[in-house]
Amino acid sequence: MQPLELSAIDLVAAVANGDLTAVECTQAALDRIAALDPGTNAFLHVDQASALAAAEAVDAKRAAGKPLGPLAGLPVGVKDALCTRDMPTTCASKMLEGYQPPYDADTVARLRAADAVIIGKTNMDEFAMGASNENSAFGPVRNPWDATRATGGSSGGSAACVAASMSTVSIGSDTGGSIRQPAGLCGVTGLKPTYGRVSRRGLVAFASSLDQIGPMAHSAADCGLVLETIAGHDPLDSTSLDEMVPSYTQMLEEPLAGIRIGRVPAHFGEGLDPEVAAAVEEGFRVLEAAGATIHDIDLPHAKYGVATYYLIAPSEASSNLARYDGVHYGHRTSEPCRSDAFDSPLVEMYCRSRAEGFGPEVKRRIMLGTYALSAGYYDAYYKRALQVRRLIRQDYLDAFAKVDLIGGPVSATPAFPLGEKTDDPLAMYLLDLYTVTTNLAGVCGISFPCGFTGSGLPIGYQLQAPALAEPLLLRAADRFQRLTEWHRRRPPSA
Amino acid sequence: MSLSRDDVAKVATLARLALSEDELAQMTSELTKIVGFVSLLEEIDTSNVEPLAHPLGTTNVFREDEPAPSLPVELAIATAPKQDGECFLVPAVLGD
Repeated sequence: MQPLELSAIDLVAAVANGDLTAVECTQAALDRIAALDPGTNAFLHVDQASALAAAEAVDAKRAAGKPLGPLAGLPVGVKDALCTRDMPTTCASKMLEGYQPPYDADTVARLRAADAVIIGKTNMDEFAMGASNENSAFGPVRNPWDATRATGGSSGGSAACVAASMSTVSIGSDTGGSIRQPAGLCGVTGLKPTYGRVSRRGLVAFASSLDQIGPMAHSAADCGLVLETIAGHDPLDSTSLDEMVPSYTQMLEEPLAGIRIGRVPAHFGEGLDPEVAAAVEEGFRVLEAAGATIHDIDLPHAKYGVATYYLIAPSEASSNLARYDGVHYGHRTSEPCRSDAFDSPLVEMYCRSRAEGFGPEVKRRIMLGTYALSAGYYDAYYKRALQVRRLIRQDYLDAFAKVDLIGGPVSATPAFPLGEKTDDPLAMYLLDLYTVTTNLAGVCGISFPCGFTGSGLPIGYQLQAPALAEPLLLRAADRFQRLTEWHRRRPPSA
Repeated sequence: MSLSRDDVAKVATLARLALSEDELAQMTSELTKIVGFVSLLEEIDTSNVEPLAHPLGTTNVFREDEPAPSLPVELAIATAPKQDGECFLVPAVLGD
């Protein structure tokens, strides 16, 4: 039995039955990483010894007849934005190079408590700012479907490690599309849960009113399995929702008959690649075949989503990233700091440490956010963006009064060549067109494969659902995957 | 609208970023472009719209103010670039 060819649900069952050991599963993942990751760069850190030790502990538990956790033996890659007490956590930034946090993120602690095996930390855009994974200070991730192309971002490593079956599932984070877009470009399934469904404690903060952790896997059912473990209230994250966590995997059987799915005609306008458009339209046919009905709807303020997002997210980031001051953790300049050009040696130390530690995109966003929040511009930019955010959320509330789900593209194009957009920050921002409004409204969304281009690149389909409607969202995506085989395709390199 | 090099230098000071002249020049042109794009929002009438800072209308969460164990000092400062075992060390703030 090849552990990495199994779904997460089947792998966990095989470990529980004794058909596979956790050590066999972990070793298979480590072997595959050793073989494939030099060409992919999906991992920033792999700790063979601690992964195998965790797996041995699971096997020992089983041998002793103790009950196993719901994810026993499951190899998981974790985005390097989540704190791990036994592995470095760098956010793919020179600023945090070598930083090892004193505690585990809530999600990481829940995974460990469920007997999952964390095999390593995955590459990402620096501080999760980017849509191609090219902003990593440690090199881009290469798309397993075509090594000359980007994975998307910012959770590019988490998407690639699942796509290339280097781990069964992974954890990403999504502030404006950072789970769904790379899932789409890498041919995997990625879920952005409702804002607050998963605790953000120990997720290095980017934009606190938008950030959300979620699972990536080969199927919606596997995403549901992982969500059952990582979702739930955390008293130490006051924005985490104190709502019951349903058994997502037990709620997949009900058919889709009578479910209304919205289609936004404006999604199919200029800029959408024709092959993507055709595959996404075909996706609606599949859901129709599953019993859903399709209805054209409008999200009138969606066209302002990217502009709104690129005021709110950088504003929050400029505040959150103020903590990198060369004092508490991370990089500190080795310059003497005695220049007259600064108010004091302390201020000079701040300015130099931050200038040396942060990469160009992070600096750009801090600058943009600082500008939008500065005296004289606050009303014109930040406050106006918050007002438009309310209009965008209202669009969703109005739409969800008419339909149960909203379908459409996740990305306007399939995976693009590395380097194609790196010189044009604004062109990179516009890639977030189909995903940012989900975060602004705080609702949930999922991306899964709905076809391939003629040249063999995966195409993603996005479904969005109201807050806390993950059971329906996962059920619809699972139905889609029962009727199609796209999610079973694996890259030729894998 | 167009940002000047001096506008950008002032923002860099607020953001505590020591940018080189080259970075300032590049940042000035990029921020001008991005700010021009986000100004798209000016065409929307927002006169009667309340700002929305948080998507799900969460409210303050209170707890009893009771002492509880927290991260030990030695762990909290272990990863600081400069520390003396008890405190974070910074350059002199008041003279030498």
